[in-house]
Amino acid sequence: MSAVIENHHDDHHHGPAKGLTRWLYTTNHKDIGTLYLWFSFAMFLIGGAMAMVIRAELFQPGMQIVEPEFYNQMITLHGLIMIFGGVMPAFVGLANWLVPMMIGAPDMALPRMNNLSFWILPFAFFILLSSLFMEGGAPNFGWTFYAPLSTTYAPPSVTFFIFSVHIMGASSIMGAINVVVTIMNMRAPGVGLMKMPLFVWSWLITAYLLIAVMPVLAGAVTMMLMDIHFGTSFFNAAGGGDPVLFQHIFWFFGHPEVYIMILPAFGIVSHIIETFSRKQLFGYSSMVWAMLSIAILSFVVWAHHMFTVGLPLAAELFFMWATMLIAVPTGVKVFNWIATMFRGSITFETPMLFACAFVVLFTMGGFSGLMLAITPADFQYHDTYFVVAHFHYVLVPGAIFSIMAAVYYWIPKWCGNMYDERLGKLHFWLSFIGVNVTFFPQHFIGLAGMPRRYPDYALQFADWNMVSTVGAFLFGVSQILFLFIVVKTVMGGKKATDQVWEGARGLEWTVASPAPYHTFTTPPKID
Amino acid sequence: MLLKYLAKIQYMIIAGALLVASPIRADWFALNMTRGITDISNEVFELHMLIFWICVAIGVVVFAVMFYSMYAHTKKKNPVAATFHENTKVEIAWTIVPFLILIAMAIPASKTLVKIYDDEAGDVNIQVTGYQWKWQYNYLEDDISFFANLSTDLDEIYNLVPKGENYLQEVDEMVLIPVGKKVRFLITANDVIHSWWMPDFAIKQDAIPGFVNTAWTKVDVPGIYRGKCTELCGKNHGFMPIVVKAVEQDEYDQWVSEKKDVAMKLAELTTKEWSTQELVERGEDVYALNCVACHQTNGQGIQGIFPGLVGSEIALNDKERHIEILMEGVQGAAMNSFSYLSEVELAAVITYTRQAWGNAENGDGEIVIPKDIVDYKQPKI
Repeated sequence: MSAVIENHHDDHHHGPAKGLTRWLYTTNHKDIGTLYLWFSFAMFLIGGAMAMVIRAELFQPGMQIVEPEFYNQMITLHGLIMIFGGVMPAFVGLANWLVPMMIGAPDMALPRMNNLSFWILPFAFFILLSSLFMEGGAPNFGWTFYAPLSTTYAPPSVTFFIFSVHIMGASSIMGAINVVVTIMNMRAPGVGLMKMPLFVWSWLITAYLLIAVMPVLAGAVTMMLMDIHFGTSFFNAAGGGDPVLFQHIFWFFGHPEVYIMILPAFGIVSHIIETFSRKQLFGYSSMVWAMLSIAILSFVVWAHHMFTVGLPLAAELFFMWATMLIAVPTGVKVFNWIATMFRGSITFETPMLFACAFVVLFTMGGFSGLMLAITPADFQYHDTYFVVAHFHYVLVPGAIFSIMAAVYYWIPKWCGNMYDERLGKLHFWLSFIGVNVTFFPQHFIGLAGMPRRYPDYALQFADWNMVSTVGAFLFGVSQILFLFIVVKTVMGGKKATDQVWEGARGLEWTVASPAPYHTFTTPPKID
Repeated sequence: MLLKYLAKIQYMIIAGALLVASPIRADWFALNMTRGITDISNEVFELHMLIFWICVAIGVVVFAVMFYSMYAHTKKKNPVAATFHENTKVEIAWTIVPFLILIAMAIPASKTLVKIYDDEAGDVNIQVTGYQWKWQYNYLEDDISFFANLSTDLDEIYNLVPKGENYLQEVDEMVLIPVGKKVRFLITANDVIHSWWMPDFAIKQDAIPGFVNTAWTKVDVPGIYRGKCTELCGKNHGFMPIVVKAVEQDEYDQWVSEKKDVAMKLAELTTKEWSTQELVERGEDVYALNCVACHQTNGQGIQGIFPGLVGSEIALNDKERHIEILMEGVQGAAMNSFSYLSEVELAAVITYTRQAWGNAENGDGEIVIPKDIVDYKQPKI
């Protein structure tokens, strides 16, 4: 009797609501994950369109299509949108979809806050983008918004920018708290900390980083607000303030932020390489320790972004050495991935192609990072296109490739259909070629002496800038194909099995494909 | 040893490539950092190449294993995967070996850094001040001071005429330094943060309001060296290049005495009788160098950011406030104090903006003479 009642109860509540309100009011981790992922994709396209404006202007020397004033707005918004609108929400979306399923939990621990943390994001970016239409234009001081360019000398829209950053920060902090609480409290019996999938580990560490540094960013922008409107002089030298203080605060947030955008990628890539090598991940515990070391070191290296501000010698030496140290745990991760592949039984489906490209290209970004850590050499690299090449290598074929790999890898589980493998591979190769043609020449341009954030340049940089622009448009256009592939997969396609991938390990593959609206309402049994 | 050898080969390849390339399209081969012309810049270049080749060597080894695995351990060739998944000895090895390599990198890097930080006064000391968007140079011993502005024509930038050889790398006044002497730069800024970068000297030092950073160089080869601003400083960040000319001591001394003469003559002008016409003519030049970037040639400014001067109440009828704004700047706005200009320049530019664009007809049309500025500067009781 009681069993019957329970079933009836289940039928009544388990399906999603109909219509728009399903998405507005949802507290379901899968729905919210989907919202985050689509939102981040929209931002990726908007930020990408801005990148196209930048590259089009740089196609040839001389000013052709935009004015320097607007160019600066483009570089600023491109950076802010890609970081806060593209990469970070995409990872939060993946965390929402995957963390509960990976630890055998029915949902995130704080579902209503989950809804809130997503739904304030569109407002943040609406405010940020609307500044383009304000008198004086959008923020034009670079995504790093160094004072006093971003305070005394900023356009009036800076106040809206500050408000928007506050909202993004609140969203990130709520998202992070949710992840921590979920992981700490809702693991199924038997899922010990050192048994958690690496994606869960990577997000647990990322969430702590977010909680630690987003308030610092909030502090920085609030001090800016005070300087602009309330007559304080935190960053105004004329009033006894200190413009360098801004950079210390910003990069104390900014450097851990860099790892916030790469640690979840480490988790994803570990799963994919393990699956398609059909071999257990090599060195699980050293992978966890490596991520922890990277996270801890990220708090003591911030001034390597500031080698040219005139720090004392002792500080320059300390930050150089500390920064170089990060190469050790990062190296351990790369070696572990390769050891996982070694003597595996490898196939190259689209997610694996992206993961392999990630390992190679991220490592190259790591090499240029190591070069940048060498302070005397950094005096030549700093604020040139060499830096632009470096961080795009770790962010585009790093973070963004990992997100694409994750989409291809888990989308059969999300919507029950297999994506079109032929198109997926085409998307990979176009992106791979596009990314390298765009960013590899930027190493040359930078070493040859072209500073970043220049709307126009001397003639000796012309040839490689042209190549870079061609690559950028190839990469940009290929992402329309990605959109097409995803939509096609959501609409239909070959049905996926529950296991989906032959070598896949983890609880998410034990549930049906597509994953039911509610999973693990009773905890799974773990051996 | 091997690394040095590799660096040499690499250098020879690039040099060889440069020889065969035509001088005009040589930019395909602009692939590497400049060696520069000072001892320090050479040391930095060597360091860069050392780290580069270490990274290449690591990359070759690591990727070779990976690509071998991708080739030899496919499902086709190796249907059953091995089962190993940890090995403490290997893990310890690949933690310690990279650590040792890092120490090998850190030692030469730290040594070079200590050399760069030799912070004693130079034989010649030049204060460099960044402005939106130009550089000011003050020779501290000789009391010489001038601005260096981009001299590339706007028509070149907007593709109306062909671009010259030194497009965006030329200025109206070069910084002269004597060869063989230690030259020390004291770098600061007047408005936002700039950064003074001279690749041939391996100097990049941020110019920060309220701070004085130092950098030094000793150049042995006479020549013209070109650098750039490397910290985003607003709309014309890409248009404030740096040009340094290193000359023999004789030529340097002669230049110094000429500059002093010019300064003397300018000072004499302060007491001269000025006609409106003379002030307007001179003021137009001063305006073109210092004001157009924001207030624009037509005096209309940029809506929402930089106020227009045409029909502005201050430019029309408030001479006292007009002088005060140029001398003190406007608190909380992008308008800085221009009190560093000479009395003649200030009087001329104020007069120009009160006369041009129909302002004289619509306002009181009063002019400002250098003596007004001198009076303003007198301590007020």
